[in-house]
Amino acid sequence: MNKIIQNSKISGNVGKAIIEAPYIAHHRKAGQFVIVIVDEVGERIPLTIADSDREKGTITLYYQIVGTSTHKLSLKKEGEYIYDVAGPLGHPTDIRNYGTAVCVGGGIGIAAVYPIAVAMKEAGNFCINIIGARNKDLLILEQELKAKSDQIIVTTDDGSYGIKGFVTDELKKILDSKKVDIVVAVGPVPMMKAVSELTRTYNVKTLVSLNSIMVDGTGMCGGCRVTVNGKKQFTCVDGPEFDAHLVDFDELMKRLNTYKDQEKESFEKHTCQLEKYHGR
Amino acid sequence: MADKIPRQKMPQQDPAKRIHNFNEVPLGYDEKTAVLEATRCLQCKRPTCVEGCPVNINIPGFIKAVKEGNPLEAFAVIKQTNSLPAVCGRVCPQEDQCEKLCVLAKKGDPVAIGNLERYVADYEREKQHYTFTKGETVKGKRVAIIGSGPAGLTAAGDLARMGYSVTVFEALHKAGGVLVYGIPEFRLPKDIVQYEVDALKAMGVTIELSRVIGTAETVNDLLSSGFDAVFVATGAGLPLFLDIPGENLQGVYSANEYLTRSNLMKAYRFPEYDTPIVKGEKVAVVGGGNVAMDSARTALRLGSKEVYIIYRRSKKEMPARIEEVERAEEEGVIFKLLTNPVRFIGDEKGRVKAVECIQMELGEPDASGRRSPIPVKGSEFIIDIDVAIIAIGNGPNPLIPKTTPGMDTTKRGNIIADPETMKTSKRGVFAGGDIVTGAATVIQAMGAGRKAAKAIDEYLSTGVW
Ligand SMILES: Cc1cc2nc3c(=O)[nH]c(=O)nc-3n(C[C@H](O)[C@H](O)[C@H](O)COP(=O)(O)OP(=O)(O)OC[C@H]3O[C@@H](n4cnc5c(N)ncnc54)[C@H](O)[C@@H]3O)c2cc1C
Ligand SMILES: Cc1cc2nc3c(=O)[nH]c(=O)nc-3n(C[C@H](O)[C@H](O)[C@H](O)COP(=O)(O)OP(=O)(O)OC[C@H]3O[C@@H](n4cnc5c(N)ncnc54)[C@H](O)[C@@H]3O)c2cc1C
Ligand code: SF4
Ligand code: SF4
Ligand code: FES
Repeated sequence: MNKIIQNSKISGNVGKAIIEAPYIAHHRKAGQFVIVIVDEVGERIPLTIADSDREKGTITLYYQIVGTSTHKLSLKKEGEYIYDVAGPLGHPTDIRNYGTAVCVGGGIGIAAVYPIAVAMKEAGNFCINIIGARNKDLLILEQELKAKSDQIIVTTDDGSYGIKGFVTDELKKILDSKKVDIVVAVGPVPMMKAVSELTRTYNVKTLVSLNSIMVDGTGMCGGCRVTVNGKKQFTCVDGPEFDAHLVDFDELMKRLNTYKDQEKESFEKHTCQLEKYHGR
Repeated sequence: MADKIPRQKMPQQDPAKRIHNFNEVPLGYDEKTAVLEATRCLQCKRPTCVEGCPVNINIPGFIKAVKEGNPLEAFAVIKQTNSLPAVCGRVCPQEDQCEKLCVLAKKGDPVAIGNLERYVADYEREKQHYTFTKGETVKGKRVAIIGSGPAGLTAAGDLARMGYSVTVFEALHKAGGVLVYGIPEFRLPKDIVQYEVDALKAMGVTIELSRVIGTAETVNDLLSSGFDAVFVATGAGLPLFLDIPGENLQGVYSANEYLTRSNLMKAYRFPEYDTPIVKGEKVAVVGGGNVAMDSARTALRLGSKEVYIIYRRSKKEMPARIEEVERAEEEGVIFKLLTNPVRFIGDEKGRVKAVECIQMELGEPDASGRRSPIPVKGSEFIIDIDVAIIAIGNGPNPLIPKTTPGMDTTKRGNIIADPETMKTSKRGVFAGGDIVTGAATVIQAMGAGRKAAKAIDEYLSTGVW
C-alpha cells in the first residue's frame, strides 16, 4: 500500500501523482519505471518515474488517462492509498556527456523524456528539448523542461500553441543546422518510428523508450517482447530503452492493439459503475 | 486383509461441469475414506516409500495416525520434514516418487500417500488446531532469501525455526512463486498457498513484496547492508520461445504470461478484475508438460471451444503427470501428437489466425534417452486458431546471475551450487530450486530449501565456508 501525497490533473487528460515510495525514491535512476496496481482488482501497469524526492521518500508519476487503470488512478485522493508500486524497474538510461543531446517527447512521452533530459543536462550535455502534442491541452512539463535545458522547442499538431507541426520537422531543422551526438525520443510509436527514420539518414545514435504492454515487469512472462536487431528482447528487463535504428516498430504497434476490445469493455463497465455510484 | 481393500479413489468434479469453473477438480477424502485408505498401508519395517520422498516424510508414521483417527498428530509428523503438505499432497508427482516405491505398487495399486497427505493438511487448515509459535530470533544473524517459491518459503520456515531473523524478497505482489502465478486455482487453490505464507509470517518471517533484487539492489548490496547470508531461490522464470515466424503476433502467449494473467491477476474474472486475456475460440498449446496441461485446461475454462495440445513426441514421452493428461483428456483437450509447429500465420491486423504444423516420427534415442523426433517431409498441415500458448519450458531468469559477480553459472545460466550444501562459488551466497536445477518439481525445490537452511545454519554458526 502506498500513500498518495498529491494527485491532480495538470492538463486535459493528464494527471500528476506524487506517491510515497521511499525505497524507489532512494534507488531510482533516470529512464526507470514502476509497475502500479491501483486497487485490489487492478492490473499491473507500467509508468515512468518522472521525478523523486529522496528526503520526502516520494516519486512523481505523470499519467495520461486512457483506460480503466489510469482513470482509477486519477480518482485517488490525497491521503488515500494505492494497492502496490513495484520498482525501480528496467535499465537506467546510459547518461554520459555525449556533447549535444536532443531529447524529443511526444504527448505523454514528455513525462518519460523529462527525467532523461534533466540527467543529460546535469551530465554536461548541451541539451535541446523538443516537445510536441496534438494540441495545447495535452502539452505538459513545458516550464520544468525549459528550466533544465539550453533550448526548448514546442510544437502542436493543430497550431494551438507553439509551432504548428510535428516534432520531427523541428528535429530535422536542428539536424540540418548542427552536429548532434545523441537523440532520445519517447512518445507514441509512430512518432518514435518517424524520429528513428529521420536520424538514421543523419547517422545519429538514437535511443527510444518503448511502451510495450507488460504484466510482471521482471522478465518472467515475455508479454513485453519486441524485436530488436532481429532478436527477441524483453522491454522490461532488456530495455525499456533500445537503439531506435534496430527496433521493429510496426510489430510493436500491432502488439499494442492486442486488448483493444477488452480495454473498451473494461472501461465501459468501470464508467458505468461510476455513473451508478454518482447517480445513487 | 489389507490387500483386499482397493485403493480409494478421490471424488472429482464432473468433467462436463468443471470446465465451466475454476474450482478445484479433486474434492478430497472424507474421514471414512481416509481411514480406509490408511488401513491399506502395511506399516513396513523398512519403508521404501520414504526413500522416494525427496524430503523423507515419515510416511508410515503419519499414515498410522490417520488410521487411528488422529489427523492432527499425523500433521505434526508430516510437518517435521515438510513445510507445505497441502501443496505437496496436491501437486507432487507421487507416481514417480513416494508411491512408485511403495511395496504395494509391485503387485497392485500403491497406497494413496499424496491423497492422505492432502487430507491431513486440509483437516488441519479447516480446523485450525495447530498453532504456529513465533520463532525467537536468538541467533542475532540475518538471512536474506530472494524469491518466495517453494524453495524460498521452505528455507525461510526452517531458518526462522532455528532462530534466525529472515527476510524474503519477492518481485511480485504476492508470495508463492509458481504456486500463485503458474499452477491454476483448479489444481491448487490460492488460499492454501496464502495460508502457508501467513503461517510463516506468524513465525516472524518478514516478506518484502514487490522487491526485485538485481535492478536497484544487488546480492552484494544485501551482503553489505547487514545480511549475513543470502539464499537465491528465484526459480526458472524465463519463458522459452520456439523462435519460429509469427511468434510475436497478437494472441501468441508464453504459458507464463497466459497463466499469470489468469491466476495471479485473475483475468478469468474479467471485467470484475481489470486484467484482460484473449479468450480464443480455438487454442493451440505447444508442449507436453504440466505447464502445457495447465494452459490447455485454463483455456477450456475461459470458454475456448477447441483446445489442442501440440507435442512433438508421442504420449509416452510426455513429461506431464499422467493424472493431469487424463484429466485434460476427460475435459476434451485434443492431442496432436508427433506434431511440431513451423510457423504462425497472422491476419492483416497482426492477429494469429492459424498455425502450420509438420508431422514428426521418432528416431534413435538421444542423449537424454528419449527418442528424438524427426520431421516428415511434405507432411505440413494447417490448424485454424486464434490463440497460441507456448509451453516448451523455462530457463533461468538472468537478473541475479548477471548482477552477482563471483557467482558461477552454467552455460545455460543456471547457478552452480553444491548439491548437498547449496553453496555457490561466492562466499555467503547459497542457491537452490529451479534456478539451480532448471525447471523441476515443487518438492525438489523444497528439498533444496531445506538443505540450504541447514548449511546456512552451519556456516553462520561456525563461520567456516
Ligand atoms: C516502460 C513504460 C513506461 C510508461 N510510462 C508511462 C507514463 O509515464 N505515463 C503514461 O501515461 N503512460 C505510460 N506508459 C503507458 C501506460 O502503461 C499505459 O497507458 C497504461 O497501461 C494504460 O492502462 P489503462 O488501463 O488506463 O488503459 P487501457 O485500458 O489498458 O488502454 C487504453 C488505451 O491505451 C492504449 N494502451 C494500452 N497500453 C498501452 C501502452 N503500454 N502504451 C501505449 N498505449 C497503450 C490501448 O491501446 C488503448 O487504446 C508506459 C508504458 C511503459 C511500457
Ligand atoms: C504451470 C506450472 C505447473 C507446474 N506443475 C507442477 C506440478 O504439478 N508438480 C510439481 O511438483 N511441480 C510443478 N511445476 C514446477 C514447480 O512449480 C517448480 O519446480 C517450483 O515452483 C520451483 O520452485 P522455486 O522455489 O525454485 O521457484 P519459483 O516457484 O519459480 O519461485 C521463484 C520466485 O522468485 C521470484 N523472483 C525471481 N527473480 C527475482 C528477483 N530478481 N528478485 C526477487 N524475486 C525474484 C519470482 O517472482 C518467484 O516468485 C509447475 C510449474 C509450472 C510453471
Ligand atoms: S511430499 Fe510428495 S513425495 Fe513426499 S510423501 Fe508427500 S506426496 Fe510423496
Ligand atoms: S511402502 Fe507403502 S505399504 Fe509400506 S509403509 Fe510405505 S506406504 Fe505403507
Ligand atoms: S513484462 Fe513480463 S517479461 Fe516483461
